Amino acid sequence: MDIVINISSGLCLFIGSFLCLCGGVGMLRFPDFYTRMHAAGVTDTLGSAMILIGLMIISTGFLVFIKLVMILLLGILIGPTTSHVLAKAALHNGLEPLLGHEEDPDTDNKETTS
Amino acid sequence: MKDLFAVVMLLGIYGLLSASFFVAMDAVDVAFTEAAVGAGISTLLMLVVISMTGRREITTRHKPMSALLVVAITGFLLIYGTLDMPYFGSADAPIHGHVAPRYINDSMQEIGVPNIVTSVLASYRAFDTFGEVVVIFTAGIGVLALLSVVRRPEDPEEIAAINDSMHEQHLVIRIVAKILIPFILLFALYVQFHGDFGPGGGFQAGVIFAAAIILYTMLFGLSTARTVINQSFIRLIAAIGVLLYGSVGLATLLSGGNFFDYNVLVNDPIAGQHLGIMLIELGVGCTVAAVMIIIFFSFAARAEMQLNNKKQRQDKDKDKDNKNKEPSSC
Repeated sequence: MDIVINISSGLCLFIGSFLCLCGGVGMLRFPDFYTRMHAAGVTDTLGSAMILIGLMIISTGFLVFIKLVMILLLGILIGPTTSHVLAKAALHNGLEPLLGHEEDPDTDNKETTS
Repeated sequence: MKDLFAVVMLLGIYGLLSASFFVAMDAVDVAFTEAAVGAGISTLLMLVVISMTGRREITTRHKPMSALLVVAITGFLLIYGTLDMPYFGSADAPIHGHVAPRYINDSMQEIGVPNIVTSVLASYRAFDTFGEVVVIFTAGIGVLALLSVVRRPEDPEEIAAINDSMHEQHLVIRIVAKILIPFILLFALYVQFHGDFGPGGGFQAGVIFAAAIILYTMLFGLSTARTVINQSFIRLIAAIGVLLYGSVGLATLLSGGNFFDYNVLVNDPIAGQHLGIMLIELGVGCTVAAVMIIIFFSFAARAEMQLNNKKQRQDKDKDKDNKNKEPSSC
């Protein structure tokens, strides 16, 4: 029983860390604001959710478990909302998404990084 | 760096990093305060200020070399000063020989509160904390004196119209915020009253409470928030917090003890300490929350007034020139 718990929790933690790492790579490699934000959003929700689930599996007390569930719910609620609001604000202020401009490599220098 | 927005964001990140640094040093209460105040609410207030003053710093003609020199020399002297400090965690450091052993060994018998930080903050050092609360209260008064604007009475239909147009635009975040705000308020109360047992206390709780109200204000507009939270009522709360704190001290004086000596409040010293700490934490929480809300409301009202003035001026220009120039509202 112990080994099952350890392995499943380790698997969740590993997937979570892998997703966070992917998010970091995506933040650096993606060409424009919206795709970069997509990478960050994935990190926010799925990566941290997997890590929290992994921690939940090995959590010892009921109180710790409930606190982790609370953090998970908060993250699931807030993460996509912030991504949505950020994208909306960027679009509202006139930042055009990069659509099919592969032939012109200079366009990604114009994007703001904030 | 000329982009003030990036500067504010860096400041927030610095606050968050130092909060994690404090957690790593096992100073959870300090980390909590830093995360709530340094990374949270001060970043927010700075952003409001930026929305009023503009995002770019005006380029100055003089080169700030002398300032750089002063900063470099001061930094060097500070780092040089740390060389004399005892090694981190060493047992014979002056701080461990003075009052810290008494706090660590005797606070459970004397105060009866599991969280030593709270017992130091609210009981042993209650007078210092009183000073901090008065400082926050003074800051609130200062902002009110400098920035408070006389608002023209608003047309409720106009508010409703603005509200409806915003409703379309911010539907998702409004719904999510409506779900979250009760929980944020509940969490603030938990932090407030659980401060005796875990990390937390009046300062953090006040800031979290104010953050929930500020979130509401940002999403539903200042006018709506003002109908929810009466302006004069919130000013009263700010004053009542300080008064509550001070009157606890006076009560201990009148009962024959020292200033902020809670032992004399009730027959049982431990129960007296509990009562005193709860009351003064409540006072701190009230003042901090009220002052933060006041500061934000003043800033937001000033920004709104600026925006309205700009719009009016543009309208006037448009009438004068008779050009069909769109007013750029952002």
